[in-house]
Amino acid sequence: MASSQPRVSDLAWDADRAAAIIAAHAGTEGPLLPALHALQAAFGHIPAEAVPALAHAFNLSRADVHGVVSFYHDFRDHPAGRHVLRLCRAEACQAMGGDGLAARARARLGVGWGETTADGALTLEPVFCLGLCACGPSAMLDGALHGRLDAAALDALLDEVAP
Amino acid sequence: MALIEELDYGTPAADAAKTVTLSIDGFPVTVPEGTSIMRAAMEAGVQIPKLCATDMLDAFGSCRLCLVEIEGRNGTPASCTTPVAEGLVVRTQTTRLKQLRRGVMELYISDHPLDCLTCAANGDCELQDMAGAVGLREVRYGFAGENHLDAAKDESNPYFTFDAAKCIVCSRCVRACEEVQGTFALTIEGRGFDSKVSPSAGEAFLDSECVSCGACVQACPTATLMEKSVIEIGQPEHSVVTTCAYCGVGCSFKAEMRGDEVVRMVPYKDGKANHGHSCVKGRFAWGYATHPDRVLTPMLRARITDPWRPVSWDEAIAHVAREFRRIQAEHGKDAIGGITSSRCTNEETYLVQKLVRAGFGNNNVDTCARVCHSPTGYGLKTTFGTSAGTQDFDSVDDADVILVIGANPTDGHPVFASRMKRRLREGAKLVVIDPRRIDLVHTPHIAAEHHLPLRPGTNVAMLTALAHVIVTEGLVNEAFVAERCDAESFAEWRAFVADPANSPEATAAVTGVPAEAVRQAARLYATGGNAAIYYGLGVTEHSQGTTAVMAIANLAMATGNIGRPGVGVNPLRGQNNVQGSCDMGSFPHELPDYRHISDAAARAIFEHEWGVRLDAEPGLRIPNMIDAALDGSFRGLYIQGEDIVQSDPNTHHMVAGLSAMECVVVHDLFLNETANYAHVFLPGSSFLEKDGTFTNAERRIGRVRKVMAPRAGLADWEATQAIARAMGLTMNYAHPGEIMDEIARTTPSFAGVSYARLDELGSVQWPCNDAAPTGTPTMHIERFARGRGQFIITEYVPTEERTGPRFPLLLTTGRILSQYNVGAQTRRTANGAWHAEDRLEIHPHDAEERGVRDGDWVRLASRAGETSLRARITDRVAPGVVYTTFHHPDTQANVVTTEHSDWATNCPEYKVTAVQVSRSNGPSAWQEDYRRHAEASRRVADLAAE
Repeated sequence: MASSQPRVSDLAWDADRAAAIIAAHAGTEGPLLPALHALQAAFGHIPAEAVPALAHAFNLSRADVHGVVSFYHDFRDHPAGRHVLRLCRAEACQAMGGDGLAARARARLGVGWGETTADGALTLEPVFCLGLCACGPSAMLDGALHGRLDAAALDALLDEVAP
Repeated sequence: MALIEELDYGTPAADAAKTVTLSIDGFPVTVPEGTSIMRAAMEAGVQIPKLCATDMLDAFGSCRLCLVEIEGRNGTPASCTTPVAEGLVVRTQTTRLKQLRRGVMELYISDHPLDCLTCAANGDCELQDMAGAVGLREVRYGFAGENHLDAAKDESNPYFTFDAAKCIVCSRCVRACEEVQGTFALTIEGRGFDSKVSPSAGEAFLDSECVSCGACVQACPTATLMEKSVIEIGQPEHSVVTTCAYCGVGCSFKAEMRGDEVVRMVPYKDGKANHGHSCVKGRFAWGYATHPDRVLTPMLRARITDPWRPVSWDEAIAHVAREFRRIQAEHGKDAIGGITSSRCTNEETYLVQKLVRAGFGNNNVDTCARVCHSPTGYGLKTTFGTSAGTQDFDSVDDADVILVIGANPTDGHPVFASRMKRRLREGAKLVVIDPRRIDLVHTPHIAAEHHLPLRPGTNVAMLTALAHVIVTEGLVNEAFVAERCDAESFAEWRAFVADPANSPEATAAVTGVPAEAVRQAARLYATGGNAAIYYGLGVTEHSQGTTAVMAIANLAMATGNIGRPGVGVNPLRGQNNVQGSCDMGSFPHELPDYRHISDAAARAIFEHEWGVRLDAEPGLRIPNMIDAALDGSFRGLYIQGEDIVQSDPNTHHMVAGLSAMECVVVHDLFLNETANYAHVFLPGSSFLEKDGTFTNAERRIGRVRKVMAPRAGLADWEATQAIARAMGLTMNYAHPGEIMDEIARTTPSFAGVSYARLDELGSVQWPCNDAAPTGTPTMHIERFARGRGQFIITEYVPTEERTGPRFPLLLTTGRILSQYNVGAQTRRTANGAWHAEDRLEIHPHDAEERGVRDGDWVRLASRAGETSLRARITDRVAPGVVYTTFHHPDTQANVVTTEHSDWATNCPEYKVTAVQVSRSNGPSAWQEDYRRHAEASRRVADLAAE
């Protein structure tokens, strides 16, 4: 994960830019996933317009592309906020008080799962296991891991990015 | 009668020669190596519960219902994905398995509506069956948990619904779309609990890449994908196996009936042409048979400007006989004729030509094959000795190189195209020679190795250039040629094609295709292993159509690609029975089995059978009939099941000829365009209303079986027989089977064919006789039918149709998946959802030059006439080429096509017309006039007012 998202002005759909990105992957083995990563890096999400373009370039159907894009939660269908906080919702973290942290985060930010704050500062997402079960409850902020969270630690993280 | 239940073995058959023996529930079973345990159990009579498995698809192993125990192995493997092995001891029913299966079913049912009594699949639901099979008695999880029961229903497709609430996400539809149809229009979106079936990128079915072939509906084990006709009517109670009446693939279907109402048409797995697959037309577009436009009473009128007067069959038949005899008395016996139909059965076609030859006393009989594959008949007869394709469809499974020229299989022959695409996905190489970038060139998971986008009208130059490369680069299969072909003709041909004037470099200027691409394609064809050529009307419908067919035959012979599976010359026949109508003696110069009318021995067989003397002189072809009508020497015509006004070229000329006749009899389902110029209308019967046979593109004779009484009272063969009798001919067939018996008696290639044989074998490929009692899948195996293969010199002669300043573009025509030919049938179904009008495809460059935007009305003009239609801008066509379909009478694309035709057979040159395109406001004056005449001409007199 990039530590910061592209600027919003860069995220608008640009067919020529997308075509260039896709063309750069044509002829390589298994080009779809690398091309999707490159598109998301450029546009902050996988724009719907990219699906037919990818399908045509790689001799796939739109359904083929959509199946892959929708399978991976990390491929977004719209751009995220400037920062992304992922709270672990898996069993070990729940056992260590993850539910309370989740409720706290949602209440403070005023957003549901997968939503972005009105000012575009932060997107809140659930994640199912970061591999940090020994240090739960855990979270990931813009790609950086944080363990042994409690209310104060969570507030401190949020103060940094969504004051 | 009962519903035909086809056993589902769960996984496809393995074709290994080696067998293994195992024990299933204590019974020994011997099956080919590679068979799944599930299938082996089924062979032994044990049905293992299953949901995601079906024998049309590869095993998937997701439903976890088909678990078994295997002695000495851990766990409970899925029987669908576990292959058999020697000595395995398998148990399909143990306490542990029973508990596991019930647990799995409980999970499925906890997220499934419990509305079985009001569900459209009630009585035909595998989920319901499996709940019964595993003894589901309770669902411990309850039904209150999170579920998908409120999922939206997609009813966008005109023929089936997608009810996501009932989906168990077994992926059978997704896999059917991939493996069987090869369109890849469906996927599973999301994952885990969010998984759901998605057409394309979360689109509605109608907007998605779906081509509505029905494979997914067929595969669905629940009511999720369900025919709307079943939702409306209910489950069928009996079924009858019959043959589709659309294209030359000739798919076998089960007509599933309730009483005499068709509930649905389901592709038949035992059908040897289609192996259980279908397309949107055969599967769904059969509603025309009961469309209100069907005319169900005979009608007469004195003049074509009069309204029609409904009459009895007796009056109509007596009128036809009286008028035809009057015309013959006044203008000579040759003043009348008949046209047989490639849409009708072999038996009906045979009867019409018999009526003409024996009853009219002349040979003025022709068929719509005149305008499509007559060059195939002539070209392959000359080179190989038989007027037919050399292979069966299964042959494509053994092809390594597939050369498609002048054919668009995914639109024209979709069920065969799916087979071809599967072979291409397996690794066969594809060469496409076509002015247009047809779908096969670039479609999901398929890409042509070479696409040679030649200028329309240059096939012969292209094919000869391919031959040049093969001869001059030493790629000839010398051993094959020496053993099988005529040495003298080969030597002459070799010298001819080797001429530098025929090299790809020399012909590039004519074809517009770079020489190197032609060379690579030729090398691939000659050296890539089994190479098969598939071609269509893009080859035949040219002034040099016959020459191109012979050039194709030359290529196959020179490379030894004849006489075994995987190779050959394969004409993709347009109509369901175009092969059959040609076989049945529909041409003015040929008796059944392509015996020339001047052949006294052949004539003697029929003279003996029919008790009449036959004229030894060939009769008139369709264009000759029209010309003769204009000079007054031809005045009466019986047209069975063909709309020559819409389908034949140069509409103005055709209309003038028909208008000059005194008795035009149209025998058809609908008041078609030709009926606007007719004096007698005889109501026809659809393929659902009669018995008979169709012969498909692979020479396969399949039974057509009656599922409802003729809606107008008489099947077509009965009406023809009535005319024959009224004209004094003795004709007393009680059933079409008796007509087939007569065909078998008189026709060597059909000598072994009878309805009993067809019932026994399902279908049979001619020649079927004492030498080949079960038919002939591959022809010319040891020797050519004519003895030695004959090479023919194929000099390229450009068509006289040239572009110039007034007409700078070349128009070529074709058809589209959802519509069929003149559209008489498909326009009377919901298929208009995909193709409501004909459009003119034009390259962006040509469009820009003319200020034409996508969707604009444009005027399309040629030397012959002009029409208007809307434009579609696409780079699928090359600059300088425009393309349209001819499905809609409003467009009348054939107003534009010319009188040019094949030198040997008069097959019209539909594929090349010099045209100009300009912006227009709407329909042309001719279109308006024609529409007015058509409306006036379809008036039926109000009987009560008389």
